[in-house]
Amino acid sequence: MNNLDLLTAITVFVLSVLVGVEVISKVPATLHTPLMSGSNSVHGIVVIGAMLIAAESHTWLGYVLAFAAMVFGAMNVVGGYVVTDRMLEMFKARPATGKSTSDAREKAEV
Amino acid sequence: MDNVSNAVHYIFLTTAACFVIGLHLMNHPRTARRGNTVSAGAMAVAIAATVWLVAHEGTISTTGWLVLASGGLIGAALGLYAAREVKMTAMPQLVSLFNAVGGGAAALIAVNDLLQADHPAALGARVSLPGALDIVIGAVTFSGSLIAAGKLQGVVSGAPVAFPGARLLNVLLPASFAAGTVWLVLAPDSLVALYGLVAVALLFGVTMVLPIGGADMPVVIALLNAFTGSAVAMAGFVLDETALIIAGMLVSSSGGILTKLMADAMNRSIANIVVGGFGTGDSAPAAEEGAPAQVRSVSADDVAIQLAYASKVIFVPGYGLAAAQAQHELGDLAKMLTDHGVDVSYAVHPVAGRMPGHMNVLLAEANVPYTRLKEMDEVNPEFPQADVALVIGANDVTNPIARRPGNAISGMPILDVDRAKSVVVIKRSMGHGYAGIDNELYTDPKTGMFFTDAKKGLAELKAAVGEFVG
Repeated sequence: MNNLDLLTAITVFVLSVLVGVEVISKVPATLHTPLMSGSNSVHGIVVIGAMLIAAESHTWLGYVLAFAAMVFGAMNVVGGYVVTDRMLEMFKARPATGKSTSDAREKAEV
Repeated sequence: MDNVSNAVHYIFLTTAACFVIGLHLMNHPRTARRGNTVSAGAMAVAIAATVWLVAHEGTISTTGWLVLASGGLIGAALGLYAAREVKMTAMPQLVSLFNAVGGGAAALIAVNDLLQADHPAALGARVSLPGALDIVIGAVTFSGSLIAAGKLQGVVSGAPVAFPGARLLNVLLPASFAAGTVWLVLAPDSLVALYGLVAVALLFGVTMVLPIGGADMPVVIALLNAFTGSAVAMAGFVLDETALIIAGMLVSSSGGILTKLMADAMNRSIANIVVGGFGTGDSAPAAEEGAPAQVRSVSADDVAIQLAYASKVIFVPGYGLAAAQAQHELGDLAKMLTDHGVDVSYAVHPVAGRMPGHMNVLLAEANVPYTRLKEMDEVNPEFPQADVALVIGANDVTNPIARRPGNAISGMPILDVDRAKSVVVIKRSMGHGYAGIDNELYTDPKTGMFFTDAKKGLAELKAAVGEFVG
């Protein structure tokens, strides 16, 4: 299975950290909770790892571990994205009901 | 690598790129929802591609398919249920729970990989080192996040829990940790090393989070989020999947940045928080009921007149508002004032709430437009122009004493509430905040104290303001 050499893996690792820092530091404090639950769902990619080990398992212990990993990973992915969407849906420039008399001017929040 | 495997890995690469784009779109409330959709869509494609890859490789048994499908369905159903039903005040618990399962899954992958290998000893450090780190970080995150969720939910005591020998344990555990990790790296086929390391890591997660107080939870959740990301990245090293490495490290940087921001907002070092400090109990002491002589007590009618005749009002919400479930009353009051022509905005301190940005979500749920939610640096210069600053359930973050050296909160960034033309504080009593010190804002001559419960007080204010603005 070792088709990825260590140096390449470490390069990817380091560059990902740099990209992450660059992208995340631009997120306004207003959105920190959705950011957190959104990045939470991103680490749900672990479900792919769980699927790969389920494919390689041929013992009862292996099946049990793969099953637990599948449950955890799927819960992470589905729950994370759904709850993030639920939160972000609430962020509106204007209230849903009634009209505001004052100017709801959009300020660049970067 | 054959064609299918190649194709699948290109799909994974696209997925990773979409995660970055999705996170990038999070930089504005207007585009954030689209960002989440991009990220979710990419994840769905990646999962479908993995099914294709697994089917193509053909090493999976029928039981394996059954495990894969049933586990996936059960997990998805649980996640969906939790995400739909959770209250916005309980969001930190849910995020903590998702940290736990993510870390747990990553640890299980490494355990399984080491157990399934025909000759673990032949794997070499290339697999056993990230494997051991994955198990350590994943298991610590799993048990630590569960304890954190328990504390937030109130199942586990929110107060720092000290037990005899805790200090000794905290010295011994990291040592046995290091020893176990080295042992497993050198002898990946040793079951004793494997299970021993899992056990020590789980125990360490518990003893790490138990002594941390409720007020420090925003830092702890962010830190555990960073841990989960690292665990997933390590699982990527074990399985040779770059997608896991990229996604894991994106999350890890996010968690790291938030941890740093939260710690800065409390003017404390991360080490100081983990070791345990003043972040004590979850509820403000209610022992000292009533107002001492030097504070000015005001009634709902007094405050309503002030608000109705103001041209600019700044609300300063704290966790007390969320604890009283009064954010909807506040939103309604703001709407009445806005309709009356008053300029209303919200000053949100970075640590207002139980996780980074929590207060913003609670206010957004109460239909407050995000253009009215102001960050500390943005709103502080506006306080001198504010006719009234209304503080609801916030304490230490408004205490001017933080500007002077020599006290528990010296140097902590605060909201300049005391610079407003007048101040009204809604509070049940003169009880202290987490830092356990007197708030000078309350004894300021221009401050009026409205002693009541946040929800009841805001309802009274709504009624009284309604009389004025008709």
